[in-house]
Amino acid sequence: MNYEAVIGLEVHVQLRTASKMFTRVAAGYGQPENTLVDPVVLALPGALPVLNKEALNQIIKAGLILGCQIAPVCKWDRKNYFYPDSPKNYQISQYDQPICVGGTVEIELPGPSRNVMGEHKRVPLTRIHLEEDVGKLNHGATDSLVDYNRAGTPLMEIVSDPALRSADEAFAFLTSLRIALVQGGISDCDMEKGQMRCDANISIRPVGQAQLGTKVELKNLNSISFVRDGIAHEIRRQVAVVQSGGTIVQETRDYDGQTGASQSLRSKEMAHDYRYFPDPDLMPVRVDAAWQARIQATVPEHHFDRQRRFLADYQLPYTITSVLVPDRALADYFEATVRLGATPQAAGNWIANDLLRELGAAQVTLADAKVQPAHIAALVKLVESGVISNSIAKEVFVTMAQSGELPDAIVAKQGLQQSTDTGALEKWVADAIAANPKAAEGFKGGNEKALNAIKGAVMKASAGKANPQLVDQIVRKQLGS
Amino acid sequence: MARDLAYLSATDLTGLLGSGQLSSVELVQSCLARVQAVDGRVRAFNSRDEAGALAAARASDERRAAGQARGPLDGIPVGLKDVIAVEGQPLTCSSKMLANFISPYDATVTTRLKAAGAIPLGRLNMDEFAMGSSTENSAFGPTANPWDLTRVPGGSSGGSAAAVAAGELPLTLGSDTGGSIRQPAALCGIVGLKPTYGLVSRYGLAAYASSLDQIGTMAHTVDDAALLLGAIAGHDERDSTSFKAAVPDYGAEIARRRGPWRLGVPKEFFGAGLDPEVGAAVQAAIAFYREAGCEIREVSLPLAAEHAIAVYYLIATAEASSNLARYDGIRYGHRAAKAKDVVDLYFQSRAEGFGDEVKRRIILGTHVLSSGYYDAYYLRAQKVRTLIRNEFAAVLQECDALLSPTSPIPAFKIGEKSADPLAMYLTDIYTISVNLAGLPGLSVPCGFTTGGLPIGLQLIGRPFDEAGLLAIARAYEQAHEWSQRHPVL
Repeated sequence: MNYEAVIGLEVHVQLRTASKMFTRVAAGYGQPENTLVDPVVLALPGALPVLNKEALNQIIKAGLILGCQIAPVCKWDRKNYFYPDSPKNYQISQYDQPICVGGTVEIELPGPSRNVMGEHKRVPLTRIHLEEDVGKLNHGATDSLVDYNRAGTPLMEIVSDPALRSADEAFAFLTSLRIALVQGGISDCDMEKGQMRCDANISIRPVGQAQLGTKVELKNLNSISFVRDGIAHEIRRQVAVVQSGGTIVQETRDYDGQTGASQSLRSKEMAHDYRYFPDPDLMPVRVDAAWQARIQATVPEHHFDRQRRFLADYQLPYTITSVLVPDRALADYFEATVRLGATPQAAGNWIANDLLRELGAAQVTLADAKVQPAHIAALVKLVESGVISNSIAKEVFVTMAQSGELPDAIVAKQGLQQSTDTGALEKWVADAIAANPKAAEGFKGGNEKALNAIKGAVMKASAGKANPQLVDQIVRKQLGS
Repeated sequence: MARDLAYLSATDLTGLLGSGQLSSVELVQSCLARVQAVDGRVRAFNSRDEAGALAAARASDERRAAGQARGPLDGIPVGLKDVIAVEGQPLTCSSKMLANFISPYDATVTTRLKAAGAIPLGRLNMDEFAMGSSTENSAFGPTANPWDLTRVPGGSSGGSAAAVAAGELPLTLGSDTGGSIRQPAALCGIVGLKPTYGLVSRYGLAAYASSLDQIGTMAHTVDDAALLLGAIAGHDERDSTSFKAAVPDYGAEIARRRGPWRLGVPKEFFGAGLDPEVGAAVQAAIAFYREAGCEIREVSLPLAAEHAIAVYYLIATAEASSNLARYDGIRYGHRAAKAKDVVDLYFQSRAEGFGDEVKRRIILGTHVLSSGYYDAYYLRAQKVRTLIRNEFAAVLQECDALLSPTSPIPAFKIGEKSADPLAMYLTDIYTISVNLAGLPGLSVPCGFTTGGLPIGLQLIGRPFDEAGLLAIARAYEQAHEWSQRHPVL
C-alpha cells in the first residue's frame, strides 16, 4: 500500500523589536544571564504588562506580507501552565482571536535540476498570533539555572494548515517563510539563536483516504535541514510501524538532528489544560484601516514576485535570479546597477558570480563592499564599448574589489585598454602564424577551431590587450580566407 | 509623646505643619509613640520603617523651612496595606509565601505619595493576598478592632482601617476587590473610599483579582480621603487599565458640589440578614438626606442582589488562580527545603507558603477555568457581570448616588466565622457588586450599635464621579459627630 504524509507546521519566530513585548526592557541575545530583566519580566508581585506597540506593528506587517486578514481587535489571553522558564506561570498569548487569520506561504519545490525552476505552491496558513517568549533553562549536573533574558521577547506563532505532503515541501515552506520575514525586517530568523523554531505535526494515511491518521508532533527542530530530515525520518518510521501491523500513538517526539534519531517525550494523555482566559491586565487594541495602511506601505515586494519580474523584465537566467532574489539587499544592488545603465545580464553575472566570490574571499558583507553599483555599471560599459576585453575586465574587477577605485581609473593607470593599433596587431598575427604552422594549415584545411591557437598566441603576446574582433579579421586576412 | 495628635485629621495636621506649630519629625515621632503604646493590642502593623520615616520627615521639614513644601501631604505619615510595593521595604501580602520578600521597586501610588512629600511609615496587616473579610487570614495573626479588641476590624484591609481608627496614623491606603476598603472602614468607624476601577494605578499592587482590584484611601474624614485620593489618582502608563483623564481638584470640587441630590435606595439591600441596628442607622442617614432636601428614590438591583456574590467568587477566584501562580518558589518568596524535583518544589512550596483561604480560592478558580467548566462558570459569570453593570448604569442615570449599608453586620468576634467561609463571604454582600460594576464606593460612619460598635453607610456613585460621591458623603459627615468619636485604648 502507498502512503502519503500530511504535515502541518507551527513556526515560532522572534520579532525584531528594541524592547520586550510588555515592558521597556531591551530584547537582546548573548547578554550575561538575567541582565535583561525588570519587575515585569521577573513577575514580581504587583508588576503589570503594557503592550509594546512595535511588536504589534511587526506582526501586522508579517501578516500583510503573507496575505493574512488582520483582526480589527487584538485581545490577549493567558495560557496557564507551570514551568520554571515561565516567570508568571502563565504566558500572555492569543487564544480565540489571533491577530492574523488565513494567508499563504508561496513555496518552490526543487526542480529537475538546479538550473530549472521547480513547481510553485501556495500553502495556506491557519493563523498567526502574538505571544511572549519564555526564559531558558540551563541544566547542570546537580541543579538547573534559569536565565530570563529571553523571557517576554515578542514571539509570533505561525500555524500552517495540514497542507504539506513531504519533507521537501516543509523545507521549502520554511525557506520561503524565512526569506519573506527577513526581507520584511520582521526577524533575522536565525535558528541557531533560537529566533526561529519549528514543531511539525505529522501523520500518514493510505493514498486516496480522506480521513487523517494519528498525528505525532516533532519538537526541537532547530535548523531547516533538521526539519526536512526529521520529517523524512518520522514518515519512514510511521510507515514502518503501520506496515508491520502496529498503530501510531499520538505523542510528542524529540528529533536529534545530530544523530538522526527521535524519541518519545510525552503522550497526549498527559496533555495540559491551559485554562485560557482573557488577560484582565491588558485592554484589547483596535487596529483600524489607517493603521493597517501605514504598515502596508512598508511591505516590500514579495521575493517570488520579484523573481518573476527579474526573469521577465531583465531576461536573467533562473540560476542568477535564484542567487539575487533571496537576498533583498543583493537584489536591490542589482537593480541599482541596472538603473545606472548596465546591461541586466552582464550586471547579473558580475554580481552573482564575481562580486559574491570577492566578498566571500575578503569576508566582507555587501553593506561594506568597496565595489558599488556604479563600479559594476562602469565596468560593464568598458567591456561593451570594447575598451577592455572580458578577461581584462576580470582582472580589473579583482583590483577594484580590493581598492575601491573606479574601473576607468584602473584601466587608464595600468594601460589596460585594448590595442587597436593595426600595425602592432599585424606583426603579432604574423609572428603567431609563423610560430603555429600546424594551426595555420589546419585552418586552411577547413578546421575553424584551429584559429583559436593562433588567436590565443596573439592575445598572449599582447598581454590580453589585443581587440579580439580585430585579431580575428587580421588572422583571416593573413591566412588568405 | 509631646502632645496628643492621635486623632487629628490630615487636614488639621497640614495646617499645623504649615503654620510651623508642628514639625514632620514631631508628627512621625508622635505616630511611632502611639504605635508603641497601642499596637501591641491592635496589631495593625506588619512592619515599620522608623528610620526611613524619620529621615523623610527631616527632609520634609527642611523643604518646608526653605519654602518648598510640595503640598498638603508633605510631611504627613501614611500607612500602606502590605500588598502595595515600597522599594526596600517588606511586601508580605500577610503571607508566609512572601514573609521575607523585600520589594525592589515602588508601586506607582508609592511613587506619587513620595512625590507629594507623604511619608510611608509602615506596612499594614491584611487578609492573606487580600482574601478575606476579617483580617484573620493573615499569616502573622489577626488584627483587632480598636473599638473592641475581641472583635475583627473587617477585611481585607483590616490593618489599614484599624491603624486609622486606633489613632496610629491619620491616613492609610487599602485595596478593595469586593469591599476590602469599605467593609473594614465601616467596622472600624472611619471613612473608606474605593475609587472607580482605572482611576488609581494598580502597578505595584500585588494582584488578587485584576479586573476588580482597586487601591483606595482610608481616613478619619471625607476631606482626608479626598486629599489622599488626589495624590494617587490619575493615568499611569504602566497600568494598561488606567483611565486617561485629568484628575480634578477634589477639594475644590467637593466644596462646589452642593445638593440637593437624587439618591437611590436599592430595596434589595435591606432584606434578610441585615442587622436591625445597622438597618436603623442607615435608615436614619437616609432620613437625614431626605430632610436635607434630597430626593430619595427606591430603586431595584435584583441581579446585583441575587447574583453578585456568586459571580464575584467565580471571576475573582479564576483571576486569582492565575495571578498567584507566580508564587512558585523559583525566583523569590518561600521555597520548600527538600523537594525531589521541580514539580515537587511547586507542590511543597505552595502547600507550605499559602494559607487555607488562599488555597481554597486558587482551587476554586482553577476549577472554574478548567476545560469543560469554563463556559458554565467563568463565561457565564462574565455575562452576568455585564448585566449587573448595566443594571447599575440604568439606576445611576436617574440617581446621583445610591445609599445602602456597607456591611450587613457590625464587627463580629475574632474566630466567630472562621470555620464558615460562606457566612464570611456574606459580609461583603452590599459591596461586592460595586466592584463588579467598576463603580466608586465609599463608606462613611453613620452611627453605633448599642454595644458601641461602628456602623457604616455605603454610597455608590457614577464612574469617575468621586467628587460627587465625596460631596454627598461630606454633607452627611458635617451634620453628624460620628467621626469625632474615637475608641478608648
